[in-house]
Amino acid sequence: MLDVEIARKAVPARGGPRTVIEGLRLTLAREEIVALVGPSGCGKTTLLRIIGGLDTRYEGAITWAEGVRPRIGTVFQEPRLLPWRTVRQNIALVRPPNPAEAESLLALLGLAPYADLHPPALSLGMARRAAIARAFAVEPTLLLLDEPFVSLDPAMAEQGRAVLATAWRTRRCAALLVTHDLAEAASLADRILLLSEGPARVVRELVVPEGSRRRGIAEGARVAAALT
Amino acid sequence: MGWAARLLPVLVLFAVWELAARLIGSRLFPPASTVIAALGQEAASGHLLHNLGVTLARVAAAFAVAMVLGTGLGVAMGRWRRVDRALDSLVTGLLNLPALVGIVLIYVWFGLSEATAIAAVALNKLPSTAVTVREGARALDQGLIDMAHSFRMGRGAILRHVVLPQLYPYLFGAARSGLALIWKIVLVAELLGRSDGVGFQIQVYFQLFDVTGILAYTLAFIVVVQVIEWLALQPLERRANLWR
Repeated sequence: MLDVEIARKAVPARGGPRTVIEGLRLTLAREEIVALVGPSGCGKTTLLRIIGGLDTRYEGAITWAEGVRPRIGTVFQEPRLLPWRTVRQNIALVRPPNPAEAESLLALLGLAPYADLHPPALSLGMARRAAIARAFAVEPTLLLLDEPFVSLDPAMAEQGRAVLATAWRTRRCAALLVTHDLAEAASLADRILLLSEGPARVVRELVVPEGSRRRGIAEGARVAAALT
Repeated sequence: MGWAARLLPVLVLFAVWELAARLIGSRLFPPASTVIAALGQEAASGHLLHNLGVTLARVAAAFAVAMVLGTGLGVAMGRWRRVDRALDSLVTGLLNLPALVGIVLIYVWFGLSEATAIAAVALNKLPSTAVTVREGARALDQGLIDMAHSFRMGRGAILRHVVLPQLYPYLFGAARSGLALIWKIVLVAELLGRSDGVGFQIQVYFQLFDVTGILAYTLAFIVVVQVIEWLALQPLERRANLWR
């Protein structure tokens, strides 16, 4: 569904532009989940911004299968919820009102008791879940996830991953997941692309065996160790 | 309880005023009761309402002009560095221009009219609105705006749901200080170039050395401003900040 080819992407820096992505190619099939794993600061977030259409200054091409940009749901590293709207209102804002779908997402992601709270009253873990619910609310064909579980304690992160996997089972869509944690990548993705330290480019591709997919972080860690 | 606590200092002030004025016994310092009686007479004759009305209308017009233009200017300066650089010294200059000079020059250059009076008052408030809103526009969370773009929210929706709520505290700050400033300047503009309004009336009483009249109008004016503060500004601000 997606073909990404970025010849070069530079960002302004002191002492001249700095190249953050160079000669990067990746493809994504329908309903496929691909993890992008690389050291922090290697340009992963920039890549997601380019694919999401937030950054258009690069050399290369993003090609969508049907020639049109699909519906994209984005989960940013910080939850980026509007603090002056409740969780329910945050979700309602991004999609034309379909109360039934919004309510079912709230229930599915364990957010029902928190739906009428404002984001500042939520824990980081709950705010992240709300951001995931919002991304699913647009009924995306592509989900962009930028380190959605970073800086959560291990138990909360695992809960979040379980909730994400549940949402995936019922609302299938393709996804690009950026993470620096190989075990997390192996526990969520079908395929893992290892990126080089900046400028980013794909250095290795790992396929997670079908029987091991979305089986929790312990299985992910085992697969990651076996693959590398 | 809240109302009683607010009212008590006012009552004490009136009592002290009444007592002191009676002790001094000068025509130039009338007691509170005399001023309130004069206020009643002015109200009964219809003068008070007319003068307060035109002054309020001028305040409202000047306030609206200053807030709308100042907000637009402030957002532009906060978001685009080029605009900021081009206009910064002009705005700072206007900010420091004495109100009286602005009013006199506008009257001289553009004539004595309702429009020039309002423009002169608005010009005094506009730069401070622009500077306050500029701070707000600079502090806008780009992450939230990116989020809105990523979900393909339209321009109008982004402005309404993402940008304006972030600007509210700054807009309220500008509105609050703006109203306080405009009340004062409108009276000067009326005194210099209008033939009605509270400012004009106070000038008349000044020429007659009628302190009772001056205080009666001042009192009426303070009450109106306070009522607007309680009934409009504070509830609006509370509503906008409910989520905090």
